[in-house]
Amino acid sequence: MEALFLLRQIMIMKNTQELQEVASQVRRDIVRMVHKVQSGHPGGSLGCTDFLVSLYFDQMNIDPSKWDMDGKGEDLFFLSNGHISPVWYSVLSRRGYFPVAELGTFRHINSRLQGHPATEEGLEGIRVASGSLGQGLSVALGAAQTKKLNGDKGIVYTLHGDGEMQEGQIWEAAMYAAHHKIDNIISTIDYNGQQIDGSLEDVMSLGNLGDKWRAFGWEVMEMNGHDFENLRETLNKAKAQLGNGKPIMILMHTDMGHGVDFMSGTHEWHGIAPNDEQLAKALAQLPETLGDY
Amino acid sequence: MKKFNITEKKDTRSGFGAGLAALGKSNPNVVALCADLTGSLKMNAFRDAHPDRFFQVGIAEANMMGLAAGMTIGGKIPFTGTFANFSTGRDYDQIRQSIAYSGKNVKICASHAGLTLGEDGATHQILEDIGMMQMLPHMTVINPCDYNQTMAATIAIAEHEGPVYLRFGRPSVPVFTAADQKFEIGKAWLIDEGTDVTIIATGHLVWEAIEAAHALEAKGISAEVINIHTIKPLDEEAIIKSARKTGCVVTAEEHQIIGGLGSVVSQCLAQNCPTPIEFVGVNDSFGESGKPADLMQKYGLNAENIILAAERAIAKK
Repeated sequence: MEALFLLRQIMIMKNTQELQEVASQVRRDIVRMVHKVQSGHPGGSLGCTDFLVSLYFDQMNIDPSKWDMDGKGEDLFFLSNGHISPVWYSVLSRRGYFPVAELGTFRHINSRLQGHPATEEGLEGIRVASGSLGQGLSVALGAAQTKKLNGDKGIVYTLHGDGEMQEGQIWEAAMYAAHHKIDNIISTIDYNGQQIDGSLEDVMSLGNLGDKWRAFGWEVMEMNGHDFENLRETLNKAKAQLGNGKPIMILMHTDMGHGVDFMSGTHEWHGIAPNDEQLAKALAQLPETLGDY
Repeated sequence: MKKFNITEKKDTRSGFGAGLAALGKSNPNVVALCADLTGSLKMNAFRDAHPDRFFQVGIAEANMMGLAAGMTIGGKIPFTGTFANFSTGRDYDQIRQSIAYSGKNVKICASHAGLTLGEDGATHQILEDIGMMQMLPHMTVINPCDYNQTMAATIAIAEHEGPVYLRFGRPSVPVFTAADQKFEIGKAWLIDEGTDVTIIATGHLVWEAIEAAHALEAKGISAEVINIHTIKPLDEEAIIKSARKTGCVVTAEEHQIIGGLGSVVSQCLAQNCPTPIEFVGVNDSFGESGKPADLMQKYGLNAENIILAAERAIAKK
């Protein structure tokens, strides 16, 4: 049984229903992790679950059993909005990077699963610390240029929050990528329209975000972050456009808190943990498909 | 005392440029990034010889630090180049999170540090950079004293695994260290032995310390002169040994007294062998426009002030 489970983790899944099953388990992991420690960011984590499951179980060329920092010959992923660490930790462990049981240590003392992703304790799958926003795109572009220098055909993926677009460093990096024709990167923005203090429109509107990226010289695409078929189709289309001298940005439309009805579509659950009753209510909506940690 | 036969003056930034150019030939993993100051940092030779390994970043230092962190993934050894102010204060959070906390093998190379940047004034004369950088866990902090030492340090840090802050400057200063020296990170250089006072200096103040020691000798005072080029990790053993011998210490640096070499030397001594100490450095103020030598005189950072500090330190014994 365990061998079968491992095989299931290692194989690259193509079946939409299987991806949905993984996503359901990841969402369970997220709310359970955050509930247990009564701390963390469930909203954005739930909203990006389908994307990360799609990347790690369908799209990326990776081998968790051979993980190392350099990731030569493999695709790399950088999470710039590090506060949605619960979804990343769950997906990494479910994909076989580290034991699923470790999810229970999230945000506890002596854990490798820090509140925001960190490399100090060597957690497999993580290549740079993130949390202070706006830094991940620069780091990913550096890694993408090293891949080019090394003749490495691996693709570099990134994920950013939409609120993170308010950080100036993002636009420094945007300008740099186009100038240097970095065309082995596929970046994604979690475009849920919410940030801590309210909606983006109210806090600091981004204007026409697609036009901004186009004006900075990027190829811009859009996708539905909760439709596995559309995720696959768009990411495949993006891959087909690599090597054309332009970096690629995908605006991914998501609902913050997706999959748990009372957390969905609001910024209220950005950084709040559910209580016992709310946990039960959330878990009732999320079938246990791969076994809880 | 050791006599140095000074035949030329050179800027330490040119030592960095020469070291980087040498690394370009010897180490194919070395890459360089620059934020629109290629000429000022003397990175032209590397850029011209290895255009594929040189990355112009434009005026965007925060992005440069992130890029450098990312380039280490896959085995490159990035050297970033800009003024010390823009190498530290402007992008402290990027260095903290993406480089130091993430343990990335980035070499932050910082020119025009301190008052000797001169006429551009206080906006550019950073005097807090050593403090900011040495507070970061994992960070090595090096401030060489002349052209040859800077060149040797540049070459040495490529072999060191981990983030490094390398600080150097703009003006031409005497070249007095050996051209063929081997630079040992974290190892103090005992320049002259003495018995009455220990002068511990870094960067441009090392030559001033040597001149001060000669002047003190003429007054019958025997000064021991130590060059601490690596402020972190600090060679505590060398400092303690000398302090025990002479019984008093003067530190000298082109930096704020708060948070710089003087702070860590006094911490080391307070913990291991409490010793009277005097500080030559900038005393909690910003700099200003002016000629380097005039500024060093006005802010008390030259041989004359080291002599006075040594006499005060001896009086406290």
